[in-house]
Amino acid sequence: MRTHAAKRIEIIIEAPLLRRLSRLLDEAGAPGYTVLPVLAGSGVSGPWTRDGQVSAAGGMCTVLIVTSPEKAEALMEAAFEVVEPHIGIVSMTDCQVVRPQLFDRSSGEG
Amino acid sequence: MEFFALAGQNLLSPIVLFFVLGFAAALARSDLTVPEAVAKGLSIYLLFAIGIKGGVGVAESGLTPLVAGSLAAGFVLSAAIPFLAYALLRVMTRLSVTDAAAVAGHYGSISIVTFVAMTSVLDGQGVPFEGHMVAAAAVMEAPAILSALFIASTRGSDRAVSGELIHEVMLNSSIVLLVGSFIIGWITGPAGLERIEAFVVSPFQGVLCLFLLDMGLLAGRGIRESRGNLTLGLIAFGCAMPLIGAAFGLGTGWLLGLSTGGIALLTTLCASASYIAVPAAMRVALPEANPSIYLTLSLGITFPFNLTAGLAIYFALARMIGG
Repeated sequence: MRTHAAKRIEIIIEAPLLRRLSRLLDEAGAPGYTVLPVLAGSGVSGPWTRDGQVSAAGGMCTVLIVTSPEKAEALMEAAFEVVEPHIGIVSMTDCQVVRPQLFDRSSGEG
Repeated sequence: MEFFALAGQNLLSPIVLFFVLGFAAALARSDLTVPEAVAKGLSIYLLFAIGIKGGVGVAESGLTPLVAGSLAAGFVLSAAIPFLAYALLRVMTRLSVTDAAAVAGHYGSISIVTFVAMTSVLDGQGVPFEGHMVAAAAVMEAPAILSALFIASTRGSDRAVSGELIHEVMLNSSIVLLVGSFIIGWITGPAGLERIEAFVVSPFQGVLCLFLLDMGLLAGRGIRESRGNLTLGLIAFGCAMPLIGAAFGLGTGWLLGLSTGGIALLTTLCASASYIAVPAAMRVALPEANPSIYLTLSLGITFPFNLTAGLAIYFALARMIGG
């Protein structure tokens, strides 16, 4: 099967900031993204878990974006603008996709 | 003697015992947990039920100048208490300006579960209270957040208060649900409540017990994992500040001419500290503030203090001055 190079950006962010991040990603031309719940973890701010939380303050979530290499830099900058003063991780890895047109909004599909 | 009898009765009530169960289970590292979705569902039920009942109370009593006075007083108290809390924190602890401002904001805002627990005490004692105190609780959620941000911004923090943040704070889910249910209860009145009574009234205490089990688990986990963030000064603040806030609520309730039940509720609102709306707002607005300090202090120290000792104290004082 023929595959195409793409970038996979993963952002782990505090739940209260999700709306702000989504807006900035839309403005930066993200072709789309997927939000995943995060169960628990531990980091420099100590351990946490989503169990029993009634406030969004104690929760984290993951935002996944697959995009074209040309768009990836702008999206990373948009994401980092939100995450920089907060608890969170922004990472980017190379990946392969089958339908590249889905991940490049400029192509008009996706 | 009456105070000790009430305190003992309160300590052995199902809601306090379920809180203690959760707290002990978390400290003992039990795997007992309440799933996040269930905890949020319980919280939605409690806000919905308390809002409806408060609205029905206002439908029965009518709109009086006392309602407007209570709402205005609630707003002023919520906005003012953070300044006092901040000053006290700077004296009693070594918290940074940002941490102290964030903690102060929690103490100006309210804990709706502590409020609900006081309504449960009042119901148990057969003491009526003004339904509009629910609206006062909703009014007191947000001003403290703005005061905390003001304190931080005037003392060195470069965080500005954005319109987006104000929108998020004013329309946070607990305020919308509480105010919305209150208005629906007000519109539909006792006849409307009668139609949903089996869902709103009878299961209330049981749901509250489950919610307090979850609060106990969260509080115990917070204490266990606070990693030495809680100094003696902070713990002393977490027990002293509710009493200071309570004094303001007590005096204001008396000046307003509230009933004994109303005074007890306003006192409880001023004594309680937020752990739902304010922490979320602080994560967005003051990210440098350490969440393990303000969450543990509010949920791990002040909430248990209010639940086990505060409620009996506030009720006894309200009865003393309210008659």
